[in-house]
Amino acid sequence: MTAMSDGSALCEYVTFTTAGQLFGLPIECVQDVFKPTSITKVPLAGPEIAGVLNLRGRIVTAIELRSRLGLSARERGATPMAIGIEARGESFGLLVDVVGEVLKLPEAEREPNPVNLDRNLGRLAAGVYRLDGQLLVVLDIDRVLDLGIEAAAA
Amino acid sequence: MDDLLREFLTETNESLNLVDAELVRFEQEPNNGAILGNIFRLVHTIKGTCGFLWLPRLETLTHAAETLMGKFRDGMPVTAEAVTLILSTIDRVKAILDAIEQTEQEPAGDDADLIDLLGRMARGEATAPVAASPAPAVASEALDDADALDASEKPAKTAPERGDEDRAASDRLANHSIRVNVDTLDHLMTTVSELVLTRNQLLEIVRRHEDSDFKVPLQRLSNVTAELQEGVMKTRMQPIGNAWQKLPRVVRDLCAELGKDIELSMRGADTELDRQVLDLVKDPLTHLVRNCADHGIETPAERIAAGKPPKGAIRLAAWHEGGHIIIEISDNGRGLDLARIKAKVIEKGLASEAQLAAKSDADICNYIFSPGFSTAAKVTSISGRGVGMDVVRSNIEQIGGTVDLKSEPGAGAIFTIKIPLTLAIVSALIVEAGGERFAIPQLAVLELVRAGKDGEHRIERIKDAPVLRLRNKLLPLLPLKEVLRLGESDGSNGFVVVTQVGNQVFGLVVDGVFHTEEIVIKPMSSKLRHIAVFSGTTILGDGSVIMILDPNGVAQALGRAAAAAAQAEKAELQSRQEDSDEDTVSLLVFRAGSQQPKAVPLSLVTRLEEIDCRKIEISDGRHLVQYRDQLMPLLRIDGETHLKREGAQPILVFSANGRSMGLLADEIVDIVEERLDIEVSSASPGLVGYAVIKGATTEIIDVGHFLPQAFEDWFRRRDQSAARHARTVLLVDDSPFFRELLTPLIKAAGYRVVAAASAADALMALKSEARFDLIVTDIDMPDMDGFALAEAVRATPAIAEIPIIALAAMVSGEAIERGRAVGFHDFVAKFDRAGLVAAIKEQGDDLNRAA
Repeated sequence: MTAMSDGSALCEYVTFTTAGQLFGLPIECVQDVFKPTSITKVPLAGPEIAGVLNLRGRIVTAIELRSRLGLSARERGATPMAIGIEARGESFGLLVDVVGEVLKLPEAEREPNPVNLDRNLGRLAAGVYRLDGQLLVVLDIDRVLDLGIEAAAA
Repeated sequence: MDDLLREFLTETNESLNLVDAELVRFEQEPNNGAILGNIFRLVHTIKGTCGFLWLPRLETLTHAAETLMGKFRDGMPVTAEAVTLILSTIDRVKAILDAIEQTEQEPAGDDADLIDLLGRMARGEATAPVAASPAPAVASEALDDADALDASEKPAKTAPERGDEDRAASDRLANHSIRVNVDTLDHLMTTVSELVLTRNQLLEIVRRHEDSDFKVPLQRLSNVTAELQEGVMKTRMQPIGNAWQKLPRVVRDLCAELGKDIELSMRGADTELDRQVLDLVKDPLTHLVRNCADHGIETPAERIAAGKPPKGAIRLAAWHEGGHIIIEISDNGRGLDLARIKAKVIEKGLASEAQLAAKSDADICNYIFSPGFSTAAKVTSISGRGVGMDVVRSNIEQIGGTVDLKSEPGAGAIFTIKIPLTLAIVSALIVEAGGERFAIPQLAVLELVRAGKDGEHRIERIKDAPVLRLRNKLLPLLPLKEVLRLGESDGSNGFVVVTQVGNQVFGLVVDGVFHTEEIVIKPMSSKLRHIAVFSGTTILGDGSVIMILDPNGVAQALGRAAAAAAQAEKAELQSRQEDSDEDTVSLLVFRAGSQQPKAVPLSLVTRLEEIDCRKIEISDGRHLVQYRDQLMPLLRIDGETHLKREGAQPILVFSANGRSMGLLADEIVDIVEERLDIEVSSASPGLVGYAVIKGATTEIIDVGHFLPQAFEDWFRRRDQSAARHARTVLLVDDSPFFRELLTPLIKAAGYRVVAAASAADALMALKSEARFDLIVTDIDMPDMDGFALAEAVRATPAIAEIPIIALAAMVSGEAIERGRAVGFHDFVAKFDRAGLVAAIKEQGDDLNRAA
């Protein structure tokens, strides 16, 4: 990471699109990107849990970003991509529509969430970048993974 | 912490546990030189190391103890006080060690009190302050009787030699063993688990390619892996005796406290199991033994009074059984007090008296595992704090084990614990439900039963609950599909996995069963851990991930279903009580022919009988049975009802005018008190209509339809008499059910019937051309009730003289009084069928006479 002349640090984001919206996750939280195959559904789990799958001997819990955002399900036949994430010793796969390139963006240009941002999106977003022609919503991975289940289970 | 210090603590704790066990044995055989030698050596080692590590307080204390024990070794007689004193000293040593473990320093304070006593005893002076306590006898199989005999003949002198031999033996052992950090072993275990997994995957791949070059080397890899797995598991194995070490001391202390005399015997202490499991089972075991000593075994006086030897016995036994370890704790005490458990269950509202009455003694005993359950009349310091047995059970269930209990009043109780040898790899049955595969730990599976429509085992339903008849027992079934909300199960086909959790046995209905596989349990994702029916995840040989079912969680689902049913029943009972003034009807629910439940008003049924099938005769294509000196015709409700070939055939008996007929039933299901909302649609003959009873659509049987079938002359006779008299009865009732029910009845009694749905309709009919001889009216009707109708009739000159019979759900004196005033000729309870017919006849006879 290089420092620019104005002192603003650059931040790298793995970008992806879900339901037409461009999202970004800081590259530090992304382990890998993979194509999820044979996801096992988990009965009685919430709608956000797409299931569990075997990724090179590790059990990965697949979380559907669309459900987290309160969006409709992906069209039939459309295969999702998964962003691999390690959090607190566990492996997760965030299911998204299309994975894009890695962008380097100056930290200072990140703007706070617009106040009128969709509530579901606002809960998970950590800011917005104005790019040429489109907006990139930065996701807060902790909030994406916080399904509010652990508290309820305790 | 200093490595040296840590080493010291580990070693000393181990030694102390040994001393504990040895000391109690020592007390019984004070002159056994070998035991004395062992204890002396252990204390001596502790003392020596203390000096080296600069732990002066510990050193002084152990030194004093060593001095005293030296005297014993030299032949001074060992008294009970001496043993107690040494035990107190050991306790103090432990307390100091605990403090060192936490603070890495010796705690402040001194042990002058104990040192003084130890010294005085060593010098042979009296030591009053230490109270003598009864010595419990603790025998162990490990004890060498010959050794004891030998030692008592030649006290003390043989001790050094024997000690040398022992030491030599343990030295040899020490040279062959090394200390390994538990974490290292755990890591090794995890790695091997991964290897097993990969091996399974490879085998799966090779299975798909018939002539693969990999086949042979893979077979070898497979064997080596299995060996490695076994070997690593072995390193983690420890004898169950490690968990038992403290128990002799526990029992001894309890005996002293409670004034009891108990012999503790142990069998199979060398049975090995995974250290992780061992750790988890230690506390529950201790608790159970305390419980036996405290609650189970009586005081010597009580025992003598009961004709038993004064000394009680607690027996611990462990053995391997098919991949599991069984631990049995039994005592020969008083057994469980069933009466007190029952009282407590009712007091706690866990079950009603009626529910308890239906339960077996074994089931009632199992209530002691319920949370907050304690039957101890007085709370002692030992047990009976109301926390305990439920914790014991949940601890054991946590490691996939079960605990079972058998009790015989006056003879004792037996607790049986069944636990897996290891937690990391289990044998599991792979099943399918709703298109998904799941693993069920083999431990919980008793057997597999194939259930089909035509097979020997058929899934039946009691109301909505599916059950299976298995060897004369009714097994509650849980369709896995429904438990997991994967869709409705069709309920007739599938495999039943007979599962046991504790004493609860139930059948899990699955769509398919694949095979048994050694699976490596992977912890569940934190996002899924709240789902109680799963205990973990695993990767199968084909690489797919599946969920591992937790039989306990599934059993809870069964419990919830039962609780929900009970709740619904309770609510229903309540609403029923609220509705009691309204038209609730006692209905007999039964099954005959089709799966759909059927019902008749109980009041119409004269009797329920079960007759021996062999007594059913067939004459002229009709089934008959000798019943109360008459030949009673038996009828089927529909063609599907089959006569049983053997055993007892349930029959609903209907009687009228001295004649009876029987309706064949497959099974009497229930008697319910329900407010009937009948949908009258008697499209099919023999049916009044349908009603929803306890959530199930139920056919309401029209008994009137069957009577003429039974007696061809029944109606003919009546018709003749009806023709003679041609009486017409006006039946007024707002309930279509009762109109449907009573019309054929009155018709059968030989009258023409015109039914009216309200008082207004009735008045209309009365004022029309038709001539009525009798009015039968319900009292409780909306808008215009029976009383008002009667008043209206009496006030109309043309019809004022028609006799009126009132039908009342409840006949009260007040109502009768009021009825007289308005001109009712008779009052009949709504379900008193015979009474109604009699009343109609009576009024008819009066009319005859009048005519």
